[in-house]
Amino acid sequence: MCTLEKRGQLFLLKLTGDGEHRLNPTLLDSITSAITQIRSDPSSSQSVLITTSDGKFFSNGYDLALAESNPSLRPVMDSKLRSLVADLISLPMPTIAAVTGHASAAGFVLAMSHDYVLMRRDRGFLYMSELDIELVIPPWFAAMIRMKIGSPAARRDVMLTAEKVTAERGLEIGIVDFSCGSAAETVEGAVKLGEELVRRGVDGHVYGGMREALLKQVLHTIGSNESVSSRMRNSGSKLCQCWSGWLTICDFTNKSLSFARGFGGIGGILWYQLDMNAFDEDLDVYDDESD
Amino acid sequence: MCTLEKRGDLFLLTLTGDDEHRFHPDTIASVLSLLEQAKSQSTRGSVLITTAHGKFFSNGFDLAWAQAAGSQTGAVNRMHQMVESFKPVIAALFDLPMPTIAALNGHAAASGLMFALSHDYVFMRNDRGVLYMSEVDLGLPLPDYFAAMFAAKIGTGIARRELLLSGKKIKGEEAVALGIVDSAAHDSVEGVVEATVSLGESLAAKKWNGEVYASIRKSLYPGLCAMLSLTAKIAASP
Repeated sequence: MCTLEKRGQLFLLKLTGDGEHRLNPTLLDSITSAITQIRSDPSSSQSVLITTSDGKFFSNGYDLALAESNPSLRPVMDSKLRSLVADLISLPMPTIAAVTGHASAAGFVLAMSHDYVLMRRDRGFLYMSELDIELVIPPWFAAMIRMKIGSPAARRDVMLTAEKVTAERGLEIGIVDFSCGSAAETVEGAVKLGEELVRRGVDGHVYGGMREALLKQVLHTIGSNESVSSRMRNSGSKLCQCWSGWLTICDFTNKSLSFARGFGGIGGILWYQLDMNAFDEDLDVYDDESD
Repeated sequence: MCTLEKRGDLFLLTLTGDDEHRFHPDTIASVLSLLEQAKSQSTRGSVLITTAHGKFFSNGFDLAWAQAAGSQTGAVNRMHQMVESFKPVIAALFDLPMPTIAALNGHAAASGLMFALSHDYVFMRNDRGVLYMSEVDLGLPLPDYFAAMFAAKIGTGIARRELLLSGKKIKGEEAVALGIVDSAAHDSVEGVVEATVSLGESLAAKKWNGEVYASIRKSLYPGLCAMLSLTAKIAASP
């Protein structure tokens, strides 16, 4: 499913096996569990996460076949991925996606949820496939794309033409940071970048807090629900395990507390129908940077 | 005033006549009606191309009609009427269950430019025609949904300033450089229209589901769509 390796201060999370790494509940739980492990590591705030995969695919998105056979799993996969992405956004360390294969739809979003994206240029593409397979794009996917792609025309190309974005095109539209010759070189490049980031010695907690502030609008759209998160705490979910794990490793300075409040607010898992009319217009209309 | 033609998969909406194609309550109603017609006749693979005859794509609202009210209050009311009744035209374009392309034959100013920008793709001429937000020169305040359009469709602070605050008349090449239009490669009306037809045909060939297309389009511009009272059909994927 996925493995977690530590190399010095680098955490290497790998989606294993030659399959499509479809984001079904099992794989999502496995990745979330790995992130929890990373958070509870005492040196996590001086570390870097690299996420990569085996085989032809980074991830080909949600497990649509599973959703066909069991529609009740649709909201489950969606809420688990929201939770995972919120987790990645608040992670107290830089994150790198080493995209060594195709990343489609939810898989594309997973790659974009990292601070840096390295991608092989000999094969593979990033692909918001929904239009081609007659699925609508969830508002929170769109929010991530608006955050990560600056040009309205490029956003339109990605979402409204289902463009298959190669590494070269990814560099052009700003969604890929570096392109590398092959899969192995991509991972190597991610490791080198990771080591450089470790050397810079940023305080992971401050870094994570800043990333949350930057991606505030994405988190807002992912949504949070206090009653859900308290239910989760009571049921001893993995999410609240990592919440308490995090609390034990930080000291209660003002910085940590406001970070904790921020994380707590996102700690919930939510699936709800989003009424566009309920959108905070001010947030979208006046926030020039992300519109 | 305006016509709707079908050419295979393509709907061709044309603002006819050699005038400025100003938006006036009657023209607004006509355009809205034709957009509704296109929507009702849409199938998989439908595409809309909008163009106009003569020197102008559209020169904005009919200010002369507003002034003909005879009083300050009357003029303001008429302006307000046009601003409010134009909103559904913009909404109809954002809601249209098919890709939309504007082929600018000539100048697009103020609400005429808004009309153009409401399309998924905008092509203009290299040799003629400018984009011009005249409001700053005329001392007219900007309607809220115009401002939201700019935030949604124009990516850089510089481009927005040039268009909105400088009163500049922006030609094709600069419009492409600023990321306001997709292409300004042609030196004639025929060239622009041909290019949009070509794009239209390649989009039509995808045979996309129009409802899904419109939904994805609306999720690209949530702030603007909320202002236009457009709700996207939302169900989570998978």
